Amino acid sequence: MIDAINRTARRIPAWSIYAAGALVVLWMFVAATLGLSGPDPVKALERGFGERGLQVLIAALCITPLRWAGINLVKFRRAIGLVGFALVALHFATWITLDMGLRWSEITADLLKRPYIIIGFVAFLALLPLAVTSNNGAIRRMGAASWKRLHWLAYPATLAGAVHFVMIGKVYTVESAAYVAAVAGLLAMRWLKSRKPVLRAA
Amino acid sequence: MTFKTDLRWSDVTPKSLFLNRRQLIAGAAALAASPALAASPWSTDEEPNSLEDITTYNNYYEFGFDKGDPAANAGALKTDPWSIVIDGMVDKPGTYDLADVMSGQTIEERIYRFRCVEAWSMIVPWQGFELAGLLKKVGVQSGAKYVAFETLTRPEEMPGQQSGSFPWPYVEGLRLDEAMHPLTIMATGLYGQPIPNQNGAPIRLVVPWKYGFKSIKAIVKITLTDKQPPTTWNKLQANEYGFYANVNPGVDHPRWSQASERRIGGGLFGGRVDTLMFNGYGDHVASLYAGQDLTRDF
Repeated sequence: MIDAINRTARRIPAWSIYAAGALVVLWMFVAATLGLSGPDPVKALERGFGERGLQVLIAALCITPLRWAGINLVKFRRAIGLVGFALVALHFATWITLDMGLRWSEITADLLKRPYIIIGFVAFLALLPLAVTSNNGAIRRMGAASWKRLHWLAYPATLAGAVHFVMIGKVYTVESAAYVAAVAGLLAMRWLKSRKPVLRAA
Repeated sequence: MTFKTDLRWSDVTPKSLFLNRRQLIAGAAALAASPALAASPWSTDEEPNSLEDITTYNNYYEFGFDKGDPAANAGALKTDPWSIVIDGMVDKPGTYDLADVMSGQTIEERIYRFRCVEAWSMIVPWQGFELAGLLKKVGVQSGAKYVAFETLTRPEEMPGQQSGSFPWPYVEGLRLDEAMHPLTIMATGLYGQPIPNQNGAPIRLVVPWKYGFKSIKAIVKITLTDKQPPTTWNKLQANEYGFYANVNPGVDHPRWSQASERRIGGGLFGGRVDTLMFNGYGDHVASLYAGQDLTRDF
């Protein structure tokens, strides 16, 4: 089973992740334009980009634990991370343009005053240097160690994204709690793994 | 009340490009059956949202948290027979059949702006009667100061009520002068048809100068009282949702600005419009709050 997955994964080129991401974005935009996403296409798009972005970033966090289990999808990780970032960036751009209608005074007030928007914005800012350095040239220039240290930011950024999602709702739902639980679980797995040798030594 | 409109009910349906043919025919039949609907001076002359917008984009947590859930899940709700308990400080308390509630009341068309606390809005052509008429019929006693309302509790037909995360039943309230105001109506119709289940069938409150959550749906109980009644969203988040909940661009929701709103139906590039104090009904209702600090009584 694991071998079959790894064999299949070897045959799928990494660029297919970008293609799939682009198709999803294109479809969402077409659906919103044609009125297929309900009476409020702006919210459908804004929420859709944000929620899918969060899902894709969570998927990126799954790559390492899956490798512990023997499933090797590491070659997709850069593409998954960049698609996740693109969705988050589109979510942010949709908020500024289609939702807030470029009302800059209201936008700046929200960015300074509203905790859930601040948390979401911080998550976006934290992802920005990761996206910029998600290429071989950047790894070479920075050196593997400092590149890895920078990309540790993916953890707090994804967690902040999930918290941002929870805070938007008027009520806490199973769905929103599930995202926080998923991110917290994935981070906890890494923490436990990193502790294990220490425990053994003691 | 100085403005007038030449807009009549008969003008509304043909303009609604989104209505499909079957809905047009049903609307025409309803119109023929109720020739008494007259244009109200209380109505706005803005273009109403389509029936589809109004019936597929609803906050009605009894049927689920998503905007599309009420349209998907409200079909099973039985609204006939229906009765309303009217009690508390009234001369004629009792359990009133819906027909008795409506008898003697003038059903009018009211095209109102509807502003949700979530900063979106619609224009809705309701049919209904003034709550004041009903309160006069049952006789409000002199000590009464508030009106409390309660929504139906029927988990087997309202799937949202099957989860314990919400303090059912939904309850709302108005100060007596707000309840007696001619803008405050009990709506029983929408676009000339009986009000659909997802919009609060068979009878709901509409208070157009307040955020939408004040306009409680599927009402089964009305109580006159001398104490400010508890209201559901205030119980859930007192710092975010006050008892008054008047539309007020100057008082932000803690998590978002109320300065502007998105008009549903504008499509992807509809943009935003400024939110008006009291949702544009200030000329008629601002005097109710004279001397009140509306940043405190939000």
